[in-house]
Amino acid sequence: MSIAAKTHKPWRSIDKTVLMQQLIVHLGTPFLAMFITINTGFSGYSGFLVVWFFLHLVTASLLGKFGKRKRAVSDSLFEVLSTAAVIAFLLFVISVLEPVFQLGLENFQVHHLFEDAKDTGVDTSLDIGGLGHALLGTLMTVGLATLFSLPIGILAALYVTEVRGVLTPFVRFFVQAMSGVPSIIAGLFAYAVLIASGILTYSGFVAAIALSILMLPTVARTAEEVLKLVPDDLRSAALALGGTQWRAVRMVVLPAARSGLVTAAILGIARVIGETAPLLLTAFGNREYNLNPLEGPIATLPTYIFQQFLLGTENDVRRAWVAAFVLLVLVGIVFSLARVVSSRFKQA
Amino acid sequence: MDNVSAYEVPTTEAVVTGREEVTRMESAPIAMEARNVNVWFNDHHVLQNVNLEFPQNSVTALIGPSGCGKSTFIRTLNRMHELLPGAKLGGEVILDGSDIYTPGVDPVGIRLKVGMVFQKPNPFPSMSIGENVISGLRLSRKKISNKSDVMEEALTKAGLWKEVKDRLNVSAGSLSGGQQQRLCIARSLVLHPEILLMDEPCSALDPGSTRKIEETMMELKESMTIIIVTHNMQQALRVSDHTAFFLAEDGKPGEVVESGPTVELFHNPRDSRTDDYVHGRFG
Repeated sequence: MSIAAKTHKPWRSIDKTVLMQQLIVHLGTPFLAMFITINTGFSGYSGFLVVWFFLHLVTASLLGKFGKRKRAVSDSLFEVLSTAAVIAFLLFVISVLEPVFQLGLENFQVHHLFEDAKDTGVDTSLDIGGLGHALLGTLMTVGLATLFSLPIGILAALYVTEVRGVLTPFVRFFVQAMSGVPSIIAGLFAYAVLIASGILTYSGFVAAIALSILMLPTVARTAEEVLKLVPDDLRSAALALGGTQWRAVRMVVLPAARSGLVTAAILGIARVIGETAPLLLTAFGNREYNLNPLEGPIATLPTYIFQQFLLGTENDVRRAWVAAFVLLVLVGIVFSLARVVSSRFKQA
Repeated sequence: MDNVSAYEVPTTEAVVTGREEVTRMESAPIAMEARNVNVWFNDHHVLQNVNLEFPQNSVTALIGPSGCGKSTFIRTLNRMHELLPGAKLGGEVILDGSDIYTPGVDPVGIRLKVGMVFQKPNPFPSMSIGENVISGLRLSRKKISNKSDVMEEALTKAGLWKEVKDRLNVSAGSLSGGQQQRLCIARSLVLHPEILLMDEPCSALDPGSTRKIEETMMELKESMTIIIVTHNMQQALRVSDHTAFFLAEDGKPGEVVESGPTVELFHNPRDSRTDDYVHGRFG
């Protein structure tokens, strides 16, 4: 009898009893649930789901307690509940994304990305015009807002982590308080200070300022967190090598936190890219391309979506779905880019 | 009670030659001197009346149990101490004839003269090996005349040149712990310090890397003065000419119990606490 000849994968082997018990729980409960829904007051699809969920909860817990693979009831309950939560979460996300992708892709045409809406009236066919002006407007306003809030946010974070000046608690407090500012208030502020007072007109610039107010706390807080992760040893080493604090920050601390700072920027962008309310008050909206962010109303994807939905005709609602789809893809691209960029920094 | 010592006792011969060398050393000029150094963190008195002289071109080891203030003391010698929150200081540290704590003295200038190597190897992660070597010059805004010569000289002195000469552009994170520590030494050497402080430089390293760093120290002391904090008494015996024994007794600030030529302190200590510590009976 040879001993070594037979290879096998002990972790793969399935115990028949365990398999049977699992089958009963996972396949038996839906049948039982169906039986209960048909024969009792519970009705319909949702009734079935509720009954099934509770039946499964009970049987899976019992199986955990008395079945072949024993575990504590609390452990198996926890497992079933957390799995249910994950499924609920995924259902939620998918049910949001599904109509956007379905209706968006159904109506999307490539020329939508480049043409503006100056030739489209109410309920014009989707073969004419597009949302290029809104796409460009979003890129411009969000880009400008990033340009404003990234340096300020990082400097504020540096004040808290490196300078540690007397104002540190106040900076922390205000950053925290600012992250609770409703976006419409930021819009109203920019409108009242810059537009109503007659200093500027509706423009991408004012919109960018309103968005910066919303972006700043996100950028500052994230930057603070990543700067805190830079080991103190590196700061000490830089100072011991005769660096001034600013040189040490610029040459050592900031480069060490590079990938995290990219994340801070991305989170800031994600915070504002879908904002609508402040843009209605500051950028207003436009039917055609406006390449000058300093002057004149400018269209953005969120305001475009809002205005198309308000028109309410079949073709206009479809345009809104297309814009929603484009916005979602844009967000996806920004996030993937951030992933790639920050992982590349980490390797370096 | 078992009196077997924790380390190998050098032969009488070694003791004698050691003493001869010490006599020569004692006549050497003093590179740095601590006078009545006292340290507090807020109201907590952690070091009391430390008086030590560090002769030129010698290695001085600071030994003592954890928490006795050795690392705190070493940080007072290049003005890194003041960067810690709540730090206070009394006394003087004399370098080149004047107190480095005289008002108006630029701490950056002091740190250029008094280099430091830390306990954990800490090369800058965003820089390549070569960039790490010359980072001190860039941090202190000094002119870099010939990059590759500077790199080669410092890395050779630190005993790392042969291992890294073909990959100066590679990230410093790819080096082993021991190589990283030698890179950190090279990084300090570029600034040509008069004094090199080493805060337990080998505590995170394997014996092979430790040996290489010790060899490097023996070569470096030809051109500078080295002060090393170590928990390893064999290391103190191997590398140092002078030793100071720090101790903080229950609830009291740390002080220097005894200092002097290493061989004497280890084999003929004046204080019974030193005797107990160097023979591994506590600590």
